[in-house]
Amino acid sequence: MSGPRDPGTTPDALHDAAVRLACAELVEILTDYLEGALPAHDAAVIEAHLALCPGCAAYLAQMRATIRVLGHVPVETLSPEATSTLLAAFRERGPG
Amino acid sequence: MPVADPDLVERLRGGDEQAFAEVVRLWSPAMLRVARAHVRTHASAEEVVQDAWLAVLRGLDGFAARASLKTWIFTVLVNTARRRGRAEAGRVLELERPGVDPRRFRGDDDEYPGHWRDEAAPVEWGPEPEVLAAEFRGLLGRALAELPDRQRAVVELRDVHGFDAEEVCTLLDLTPANQRVLLHRARTRLRGLLEEAIA
Ligand SMILES: [Zn+2]
Repeated sequence: MSGPRDPGTTPDALHDAAVRLACAELVEILTDYLEGALPAHDAAVIEAHLALCPGCAAYLAQMRATIRVLGHVPVETLSPEATSTLLAAFRERGPG
Repeated sequence: MPVADPDLVERLRGGDEQAFAEVVRLWSPAMLRVARAHVRTHASAEEVVQDAWLAVLRGLDGFAARASLKTWIFTVLVNTARRRGRAEAGRVLELERPGVDPRRFRGDDDEYPGHWRDEAAPVEWGPEPEVLAAEFRGLLGRALAELPDRQRAVVELRDVHGFDAEEVCTLLDLTPANQRVLLHRARTRLRGLLEEAIA
């Protein structure tokens, strides 16, 4: 159990950990952070770092923007031939 | 899909061709992506998707609707793709490890080792509509096609088709950790390409 004096959880310790966290390391664990796969303490350090570091904050915003653009990219679909084969099979099957 | 599932199943059973064409149009892109992660060529993947739809048509009358129609169709697909994947020789390994260019970070002799160099730090991209412009959508679409297959499958299923992490692990036979690694590599690569294009 962590008490209030736990050096890992005091505001000062969190601040120190956030400053110590290298940006090069943060960009490597960012997906784990976004996926909610990091322990709560690590996530808190990342959030504290993001609040202090405009470069990493911009990087995260860019990553989120990338994900949003991906939601709008055109996707590859079945060839027209394959699609008509399927529609023909559906017609042949008939109702019920 | 505006149609509720039980309705849709009834329409398909009743021979509603428009409903069938619609689900084929909606779900085939994601099915192709899943299939392509199991087999080696696009042509093979297309056959897998086609075979899966034909199996769905054969099974439609017996479908008990305990699961959603979509879940059932993707289960049929994954089974078809796995059979085909086993029949083909082993898949290609992905050794590539793209990330952020290490030269953008300060060296070990710096007061803040590993932090962004001032001149190389990322900057905000500006208003959202500009980032969503057709130019950048097209760029990402082309970039997706060049990703290693499993990276492409993961990032497309997650970010283009909206599947959750657990679904993607099931569809692609991945552990949660591997799913995250592939997603991370793909997103990191794509963000980097957009950054270059926007700069
Ligand atoms: Zn930083």
